[in-house]
Amino acid sequence: MTARVVLVTGGNRGIGLATAKRFHAAGHKVAVTARSGAADDAEGILVVKCDVTDTDSVNAAVEEIEEKLGTVEVLVSNAGITKDGLTLKMKDEAFEDVIDANLTGSFRVARRVVKGMMRGRWGRMVFISSVAGIGGNPGQANYSASKAGLIGLSKSLAKEFASRNITCNVVAPGPIETDMLMELTDDQRNAMLSVVPLNRLGQADEIAAAIEFLASENAGYITGTVLPVDGGLSMG
Amino acid sequence: MSDNFDRFKKCAVDVLSVEDSQIVADATFESLDADSLDLVELVMALEEEFDVNVEEEELEGVSTIGAAFDLITAKL
Repeated sequence: MTARVVLVTGGNRGIGLATAKRFHAAGHKVAVTARSGAADDAEGILVVKCDVTDTDSVNAAVEEIEEKLGTVEVLVSNAGITKDGLTLKMKDEAFEDVIDANLTGSFRVARRVVKGMMRGRWGRMVFISSVAGIGGNPGQANYSASKAGLIGLSKSLAKEFASRNITCNVVAPGPIETDMLMELTDDQRNAMLSVVPLNRLGQADEIAAAIEFLASENAGYITGTVLPVDGGLSMG
Repeated sequence: MSDNFDRFKKCAVDVLSVEDSQIVADATFESLDADSLDLVELVMALEEEFDVNVEEEELEGVSTIGAAFDLITAKL
């Protein structure tokens, strides 16, 4: 196994942290970004302060990672926020902020790291979408739109950079036991659970495992796909 | 002048994976098997090498090595 330089945005908690730890345990060189510049329990992992809504912040963060670890070869674009609310009551900022962080943020980071991947003729980008991006979710018009947008972004990048041996894929988690899920109401959580054929919440490490596979050599012929990891929720 | 062209050639050889001898003024990017992504990569390498900035629009119509070289040297 070749040790890769892996960047996980929003790697300070939840799916991002579980993913960072998994790559680190497998022997890769891992950096995470977080708005606060801090992460709990991130031993051996480089934590870099970064706000994905700010291009300068993104460029500075990636430059720091390149200096300390080397060219980023695997990008896990996971940084994201929610600002839930019913559409009729949702203000412009709530919609725009979520698009800016979740979708445009992913674009900013991808644009910056792809240069190094192009030169190295090898790259893996995994964008963390959501079942909400596939099937929508009441009260999450902004979040769902941003997560659906990642699918179009990933596929476009997959086509643009395929000639450079760079694959881009989307993982769409279902309800995963993390802080972000706990921000939903009990009713919302139970509603999601009731439509999960496997009848349980997923664990962050189960998402991390799917990401690890897509970033591996074994997944070299997979690009432009959407992989739901959702207990069957989105199969329809 | 020729010193600049040598530096230019080195970038082109690196990025386009071609022979030094293929980098001549009237060689088209098409003949060098360079696609639009190659051109962007070449321009990025040239921006770094010569410390200049090239906007997207300026690349329009730049289809030969000579044209690309002129574009860069005009900024020095």
